Amino acid sequence: MADSEILSCPNRRDFLGKATAVVGAAGVAAACWPFISSMNPSTDTLEKATTEVDVSAIQTGQMETVSWGGKPVFVVHRTDAQVASMKNSQGGHDPQSDADRVKKSEWLVVVGVCTHMGCIPAKNEDGWLCPCHGSVYDNSGRILHGPAPKNLVVPPYGFVSDSKIVIGEA
Amino acid sequence: MVSRVIEWVDQRFPLTSFVKHDLTEYPTPRNLSYWWNFGFLAGFVLVLQIATGIFLAMYYKPDVNLAFDSVQHIMREVNYGWLLRYIHSTGASAFFVVIYVHMARTLYYASYHKPRELMWWTGQGLMLLIMATAFMGYLLPWGQMSYWGAQVITNLFGVTPFFGDQIVLWLRGDFSVGDATLTRFFALHYLFPFLIFALVGIHLVALHTVKSSNPSGISLADKDNIPFHPYFTLKDFFGLGVYLIVFCAFVFFSPNTFIEPPNNIPANPLMTPAHIEPEWYFLPFYAILRAIPDMLGGVVAMAVSVLIFAILPFADRTSIPGGARYRPIYRAMFFIFLADVLLLGYVGAKPPTGYFVPLGQAATLVYFATFFLLPFVSKAEERWMRARGLPADLQALFQQRPPRDKWNDKGETR
Repeated sequence: MADSEILSCPNRRDFLGKATAVVGAAGVAAACWPFISSMNPSTDTLEKATTEVDVSAIQTGQMETVSWGGKPVFVVHRTDAQVASMKNSQGGHDPQSDADRVKKSEWLVVVGVCTHMGCIPAKNEDGWLCPCHGSVYDNSGRILHGPAPKNLVVPPYGFVSDSKIVIGEA
Repeated sequence: MVSRVIEWVDQRFPLTSFVKHDLTEYPTPRNLSYWWNFGFLAGFVLVLQIATGIFLAMYYKPDVNLAFDSVQHIMREVNYGWLLRYIHSTGASAFFVVIYVHMARTLYYASYHKPRELMWWTGQGLMLLIMATAFMGYLLPWGQMSYWGAQVITNLFGVTPFFGDQIVLWLRGDFSVGDATLTRFFALHYLFPFLIFALVGIHLVALHTVKSSNPSGISLADKDNIPFHPYFTLKDFFGLGVYLIVFCAFVFFSPNTFIEPPNNIPANPLMTPAHIEPEWYFLPFYAILRAIPDMLGGVVAMAVSVLIFAILPFADRTSIPGGARYRPIYRAMFFIFLADVLLLGYVGAKPPTGYFVPLGQAATLVYFATFFLLPFVSKAEERWMRARGLPADLQALFQQRPPRDKWNDKGETR
């Protein structure tokens, strides 16, 4: 009988067995996804992903620290002298021009988290000094010396008007 | 490489011999039907409940001011939170469906007989732990049903002579179900599944000592046992596939079937809902509680109705194997009992008025009468069956292995 030959054909059985195993494994993998995904930020957390800042109240030479998704963001209204000196410098061991780090030269917006170990640097006249391990940043948030490997991160942001910026989307 | 790693492990840990002895070459009766799937399914449901529970606990907050909203947060904002919660809430009901079928199969085939008494009793311990876990988990969403269910059930302990009030106070940690109660229920609801998991281990060690029962009711000769893998791994997985189709149909298309509507209202300690009833899996026992007019008597009757299953290995005094398969009177009693439990469940869901009161009382009487009559009925049934002549296939089984010998079987087939 042809039918029984087909039924007893070991290759076909092997194929069916392996196909079943593959589909089953794919199903188990797919079932794992909701569990993994649930540990990602929930939608209400994602809503906090943008922060609006009214910058009209920040006087020249002043800085305001705002929270963006739980992280501090420094919004600095730089003086003309600071802007001028930053334009002439490339920073320290992570060289970058000041123009690449700002949208309007008097406004510097950087994430206030030291790129070394995540402490919050303290502001002074010449920039920032991280209290944890002594990393020194200039008034463009660029690393000058100390253990931090990178400049302070510039978050995506944009001016929606002359006096208002939105951090979180460019 | 792989074989060298396995060899390294084997010198220090009995990995290969364990897998061979308890999985791949574990001897299993070849005549097991799909009714023998439900132990595996219960294990699967347990693992799924633990997995979804752990992930839910990452967002749930056991605080009276936060609990209800944190569940809504899980439902609306956490990625796939709705899925995790609906799997968990549907899984609670599914767990009871599976273990009740598992128990019914044991009753039908009288599998609780020697040498499987410890299987039956550890299984009963598991049922009690699962009931406690389900009850405590039901408080956590902090809805109206959650609150008043916990209020009523903790009150039951008030009937304890002399110390009733102190025990209720101790259980709640407050003068009514409150923040302390919620937080301790959460702590214990997280703990108990791991106790269940450990007891399942003991249940399985006992199983692998006495081996699976089978529809014939006698220990089979070696030639009638087949290796667990691949025959029963495949059969179990096929059953799992069927189970998952039904389970997913509820999770995805009717997840609120097992969630009482009043539980979508936050708990209000100053107002009881018009009609409160426990989850369906407690309804028969709840009906027995209400059937006894006296409060202490009702609580005792309910407790006994759960625990009384333990007497079965002694109460069923027959020496005829196979349970309802060969014993017509036992079979009739099984189906009467099953119908009675369903009737009790129906009465438990109705308000305790009108003809539901005598109906519940009659059903309660039948429930207990089944257990108390069994010792006499089982003996009389055996006398009657032997006088009448045993059925031919049972006679053949006896000739294959005489009934006296079946208890001498050490369970070792190799």
